[in-house]
Amino acid sequence: MTTSYLITSASLLGERVADLLLADGVIAAVGTGLDAPADAVVVDAAGLVALPGLVDLHTHLREPGREDAETIASGTRAAAAGGFTAVHAMANTSPTQDTAGVVEQVWRRGREAGFADVRPVGAVTLGLKGEQLAELGAMADSAAQVRVFSDDGLCVWDPVLMRRALEYVKAFDGVVAQHAQEPRLTAGAQMHEGAVSSQIGLPGWPAVAEESIIARDVLLAEHVGSRLHVCHLSTAGSVEIVRWAKQRGIDVTAEVTPHHLLLTDELARGYDPVYKVNPPLRTQADVDAVRDGLADGTIDIVATDHAPHPREDKDGEWASAAFGMTGLETALSVVQATMVDTGRLTWADVARVLSFAPARIGRADTGPYAQGRPLEVGEPANLTLVDPAACRTVVPEAQQTASVNSPLRGRELPGQVRATFLRGRATVLDGAVVEPGLATTGSMSAGAGA
Amino acid sequence: MKHLLSTADLSRADAVGLLDAAATMAATQDREIKKLPTLRGRTVVNLFFEDSTRTRISFEAAAKRLSADVINFSAKGSSVSKGESLKDTALTLKAMGADAVVIRHQASGAAYTLANADWLDAPVVNAGDGTHQHPTQALLDAYTLRRHLAGPTPGTADTQATIGRDLAGVKVAIVGDVLHSRVARANVWLLRTLGAQVTLVAPPTLVPVGVGTWPCDVSYHLDDTLREVQPDAVMMLRVQRERMSSAGGGFFPSPLEYSRLYGLDARRLALLPEHSIVMHPGPMNRGLEISADAADCERSVIVEQVANGVAVRMAVLYTLLAGDPGLDTAAGGLLDQQPPAGRAASATPPAGRVARDAPLAGRVASVSERIETPAAPEQGLDTAAGGLLDQQPAGRAASVSERIETPAPAPNERPSA
Repeated sequence: MTTSYLITSASLLGERVADLLLADGVIAAVGTGLDAPADAVVVDAAGLVALPGLVDLHTHLREPGREDAETIASGTRAAAAGGFTAVHAMANTSPTQDTAGVVEQVWRRGREAGFADVRPVGAVTLGLKGEQLAELGAMADSAAQVRVFSDDGLCVWDPVLMRRALEYVKAFDGVVAQHAQEPRLTAGAQMHEGAVSSQIGLPGWPAVAEESIIARDVLLAEHVGSRLHVCHLSTAGSVEIVRWAKQRGIDVTAEVTPHHLLLTDELARGYDPVYKVNPPLRTQADVDAVRDGLADGTIDIVATDHAPHPREDKDGEWASAAFGMTGLETALSVVQATMVDTGRLTWADVARVLSFAPARIGRADTGPYAQGRPLEVGEPANLTLVDPAACRTVVPEAQQTASVNSPLRGRELPGQVRATFLRGRATVLDGAVVEPGLATTGSMSAGAGA
Repeated sequence: MKHLLSTADLSRADAVGLLDAAATMAATQDREIKKLPTLRGRTVVNLFFEDSTRTRISFEAAAKRLSADVINFSAKGSSVSKGESLKDTALTLKAMGADAVVIRHQASGAAYTLANADWLDAPVVNAGDGTHQHPTQALLDAYTLRRHLAGPTPGTADTQATIGRDLAGVKVAIVGDVLHSRVARANVWLLRTLGAQVTLVAPPTLVPVGVGTWPCDVSYHLDDTLREVQPDAVMMLRVQRERMSSAGGGFFPSPLEYSRLYGLDARRLALLPEHSIVMHPGPMNRGLEISADAADCERSVIVEQVANGVAVRMAVLYTLLAGDPGLDTAAGGLLDQQPPAGRAASATPPAGRVARDAPLAGRVASVSERIETPAAPEQGLDTAAGGLLDQQPAGRAASVSERIETPAPAPNERPSA
């Protein structure tokens, strides 16, 4: 028997205060002064914003292969704690997610863990080698129903192969999510190429290496009439190119990460590899441009690029450290700090960039496991309750993710996820992760004062 | 100053203090017996992850002349080649009781990481990290520049007259592979701090994007720079021949074209002012960035740079290991042991200058005391050392201390470290 929840006095998308009754996995009622059924757990959500369950289009869960960094269980617990009800698991696992067998395994392990839907991303090319298309159709037709294909971490550099991939996925309404990085311009690159890299002597990763690939890809997408998604766009020039492409009617979507909304290359001056990420942290002008792009809709979504690494991979000299930073449990707070509290986005916009749009891009918004749906009667009960007035200090060791490579250690961030529901099951209640199968009884307070 | 990681961290007072200390050290190196007891019982580890004979030997000589024990740890043949991390190496050195670590590493920032990661308590000296910094090279270059150009007659070497001076008004051209050069980066910031005017000269492919933020001028034309800037010194950087064949077809078309456009030869030498000097951090590619005519000319101070390197590294090790404010008690102890009252009086600086927060230059004064102080028996120094010290000609030693007295720092000058 599933527990029913009556969420009282939540601010739906920050627009209107209402009660929500969650029963049998769906939103059974929306209104004011709803009566709690006898067996329902009442969640006092006064002062909290109710958002549709967040959907991450760009997550590294590391399983199979790097369970020392993260597992599907620990990564989806982190997702739930961050307000997510679905994550798209990137393909750079070991073995690579380039066959129906591997993506089905990842999808199934996600179902077993039960904290968030795991939607595997399929590799574009076999073994991410950039030489030959992987069996995209088989992955699309598998139980995992793959719709997003990416060699993330590596760029599909060969223009002919990219063209073929863009064309091929049209058959099953897929999308190629490109990690835009011209490899020859970035051989040995360690950080953004500019003033800071010149001074601290680290090989530069020039903005043009990202922008030139995006420019090529939008033109390819236009030529073959395909859908293109640009991963973790990071430069002002990239924003301009995507803006131009959209004006031209090209079917392109783009994402920005929380860290590119907040942090700059100045942080590299201390050579702490926790700030080493790919694409690299850019300049303040780039940060301003991606914020503008997100605010005006040029950038469609925020995706975490959550990239956990074990301590030994981040504990040494910069050049030998791994690229990547965690982000699932801080993404919403960073968006609030950079975009909501600054008046650039409303909470309804946050629902769009962190739930509706990513679900639509990943074609996760239909079917029995639909995500990114409005908070309306009959919709799957995927939602998160966030306390926007909370203020918290980031302590990586206290997070759910198995890794501690958060660039936000010690920072004060606004907003705290108080509860998350996945098809009516509470994965987070009172700010704490709830194990599957644990029935909850009685009244809970999820309110700001709790 | 706890570590020496980057010249960008040095204030003018720090830098002048180190150069003055180097002058003191250099003076002792004219003696018959070059060894000083200053760092007896201290262990300096030379941690070299990258091949370097010259810098390692220079640091080794510097440490040994201060009587420190030296352990050379090179990546080859050590546990590093078996995959030991920088962290484990640092923890090992800590466990072994290293008092200072001199590190050379191919990764930019490795010295910074070693110093700041809580792995080690000891002072860290950056002996070259990737393409970032090589601060002791810049200090020895500045020391050489100051000797030749900061005195009353530019072009005439004079250590004594230049003590306490900076490089105000001195014009330096640094020519060559700036992009990959830690020597260039270290020099740009140090020379700027000392008041010099630096012009970088290189083909555009060998200048980093972002150089516009550096405190210097940039030129693509060597002849124009020599003619128009009339530099007091030209510092040639080593060009690695492998730069020719890198990705993208190389940074320049051919060695011939490079030396035609950016090499220092007799013709270009003639464009320079009479008093100017020619420098090179070594090792040189004769015939590529510098011709034999230029390398061996009478204005060349290239060999002298090597000698000055030892004195500068002695000064750095001294300042970090013995000149630390936290060690003032020990220094005071040595001072108290000055036996001949007259000499002690002449050498002891005014009380305020040996205070805990005394500026570097003030602390330098105590170098001479320690140098001249015969070892005290209770310090465990053997009589042999004392005997050696006693052999120093008295008059010469006194002149050292007088020289040291000269750079009384301005009262408001404090080291930033």
